[in-house]
Amino acid sequence: MSRNMGGFLASKRRQRQLITLGRVLVSVLAILYAVFPVLWIASASFDPRNSLAQQRLIPPNASLENYRALLNNPLQPFPRWMLNSIKISLITSILAVLISALAAYAFSRFHFRGRRSLLLTILLVQVFPNFLAMVAIFLLLQQIKNYIPSLGLNTHGGLILVYLGGALGINTWLMKGFFDAVPRDLDESARIDGASDWQVFWRIIFPLVRPILAVVGVLTFIGTYSEVLLASVLLRSKENFTLAVGLWQLIEGQYTQKWGIFAAGALIGAIPIMVLYLIAQDWIIGGLTRGAVKG
Amino acid sequence: MQQGTRPHRGFTYSLSAILFRLLGLAVIDAFAVWLLPQIIHDRVWYLVVLLVIITLGINLIFLREEYYPLRWMSPGLALMILMVVYPLLFTVYTAFTNYSDGHLLTKQQVIQVLGQQLYLPEGGESYKWTAYRSEDGQYALWLVSPEGKTFVAYPGRPVQPAVPGQGDIGPADDQGTPTHIGALQRLDRIRVIRYLPDLEKLEFGTPPQVLKIRSLDEAAALQPRYVYDPQQDAIVDRKTGKVYRADDRRGSFVAPDGEELTPGYQVFIGVANFRRLFRSPALRGPFLRVFLWTILFAAGTVFTTFALGLFLALVYNDPHIRGRKIIRSLLIVPYTVPSFISILVWRGLMNPHIGVINTTLEKLIGWAPPWFSSPTWAKIGVLLVNLWLGYPYMMLISTGALQAIPDDLYEAAEIDGAGLWQRFRQITLPLLLISVGPLLISSFAFNFNNWNVIYLFNRGGPPMPGTPTPVGHTDILVTYTYRLAFASGGGGDYGYASAITIIIFLIVATITYFQFRYTRMWEEISENV
Repeated sequence: MSRNMGGFLASKRRQRQLITLGRVLVSVLAILYAVFPVLWIASASFDPRNSLAQQRLIPPNASLENYRALLNNPLQPFPRWMLNSIKISLITSILAVLISALAAYAFSRFHFRGRRSLLLTILLVQVFPNFLAMVAIFLLLQQIKNYIPSLGLNTHGGLILVYLGGALGINTWLMKGFFDAVPRDLDESARIDGASDWQVFWRIIFPLVRPILAVVGVLTFIGTYSEVLLASVLLRSKENFTLAVGLWQLIEGQYTQKWGIFAAGALIGAIPIMVLYLIAQDWIIGGLTRGAVKG
Repeated sequence: MQQGTRPHRGFTYSLSAILFRLLGLAVIDAFAVWLLPQIIHDRVWYLVVLLVIITLGINLIFLREEYYPLRWMSPGLALMILMVVYPLLFTVYTAFTNYSDGHLLTKQQVIQVLGQQLYLPEGGESYKWTAYRSEDGQYALWLVSPEGKTFVAYPGRPVQPAVPGQGDIGPADDQGTPTHIGALQRLDRIRVIRYLPDLEKLEFGTPPQVLKIRSLDEAAALQPRYVYDPQQDAIVDRKTGKVYRADDRRGSFVAPDGEELTPGYQVFIGVANFRRLFRSPALRGPFLRVFLWTILFAAGTVFTTFALGLFLALVYNDPHIRGRKIIRSLLIVPYTVPSFISILVWRGLMNPHIGVINTTLEKLIGWAPPWFSSPTWAKIGVLLVNLWLGYPYMMLISTGALQAIPDDLYEAAEIDGAGLWQRFRQITLPLLLISVGPLLISSFAFNFNNWNVIYLFNRGGPPMPGTPTPVGHTDILVTYTYRLAFASGGGGDYGYASAITIIIFLIVATITYFQFRYTRMWEEISENV
């Protein structure tokens, strides 16, 4: 009996050791898989030979040559693209959060006829990503340019407007859930003190739901920053490109000649988003499990 | 369903709030009133309708008390109507027209555009001409009409009557022709012949009076070449005498010998685009392949990313593992890099001649997959890149869902003698699927339209041979429509692209329907537990 028990424990221990060994192996392989492309591109960006063919993981004559070439070429205004991307993403995400929060507040606090069907309609309409209707959007902005030039084709204003068309939708629904969780007693007591709906929204509820607003804002920022299709259709001139469009055009068909410069651009371009993730990691993971999908 | 009253209306608006609201409305209305006449003048009717609907809607919402809650949504709703609802409706409409490059204008606009084309008639009124040229290559003509009237004509300036010796016209010689015009010197016969090739290309004057040189002696006024005859509903080519009748089913003016005038015009063609899609063998073949691959790609991506993500989540589910947090942070690195950047980077890494993956494989086993030229390997390549992009998301949601599964279920199963695999099959997977199921459907819908990974990786290539419009073996429906509309060699075929878009809509709608049903089922289950 006791000998049996000892054998069982020993096999149990061996099993555990095996699992640990397997785990270490998996970890090494998985981490290699996950970070290798990032390491490789970082190394390429410091390799002054600027060529995909001869690259080594640790470049022999590491220098900032590629960065210099990237930042000082007027034919490919990289810093400009970067600023464009940050500007467009920032404005879009702030406005999208505001627009969405206003609607979520109404859905959460007011009971009106057709409330459910309106919410359902909004959700259903936004199921269709508007980039599918890119031809119509292209022609619409072309027309708008004749009347309001700053919102037409090849303008950042027009692109932001197109992105904001999708501001309502799953985000409104997500926010409504959080607004519902704020106790109504808070509204009531504020109202007794003479607060208007707007004051209740802005002074009481808005500060309380800041975390979900931050999640929606960050995810919208990242989604906008990474959007290529509409930006490439609607922005026509080089100095108006976003980073995504610019970087794509930069490397298209020139992998052999411009690999190092591209690598430098890719690294600089990825940094804002990676930093944003690091800061907002826990919030985003919380928001993810509730159904927000990265664009 | 709740009644149409709000619970808290126990106060009245302050005066400043009312003034503020009216002022805001006034600004919006003034803007609309300023815009409207310009749009009406240009006859862009759909914009007129959009503008009127949105402006009236905003006024109604902000003036009528019963629409109070809508005030809070008006910015979002207005943008949604302008940038989502209208484009959707337009797409549906376009799918039933022949809208494409060469058929962009209305019939009226085409008649107008054709009417601006001029030609040089063989006979008719002509002028005698003398040419003048400046040092820097500017030209002018001195013209004498059959009645003896004299004119001076420059390219791009109206033809003016002129008399020698007046203004900048030089004095007349013995034949009555000025010796110079301004800084331009007269060309004698020999020099005229030298410059004739230039002169023959130039058009002098501005519409409606434009003149060209017909021969060494004569210059003549150009005349409209195409004239619309409303009685026959046809366009007559005055140069050749051909009659092009309007064919309202094709949207073109067509001559009896079958020749079509360009541009054609836009017409409603019913379900012809769909019929082409399903009936024409040349189009149906590629479409079906693209369609099947789209489903395979989306399903394959969900399956592979979920399998790897879940596996990693299970490996690190034990809270006692040392360095768990740092390992996890490293594993979600792919998620933190903007996808367009990682896709372009992977494309470099997988470059068949010089990318690190292929050169390393060549060294190790003497062979590497042709990622960009073989249809099969291109598909595998896209799936591999998408696996890297997508598994961290699946790992994150699986980790969250695993924590929600109570431990005592496993303990009970272990006592019953269930092995590792059995526990996974019987407990983990079913419970996990309940909570992440809707997210998997979302992921399917997202990848169904994942333009980024397909187009940035390989532009949908390698190309299928012998198709009427360019299609590639890794094209999915969105990239296919994108190519039809914006990137195809033969110009944009918007009507056909819209027809495919409608099919995408239908599929996405079906997916959503199942997702909503799934979610409701999920709610029911959670209510019953």
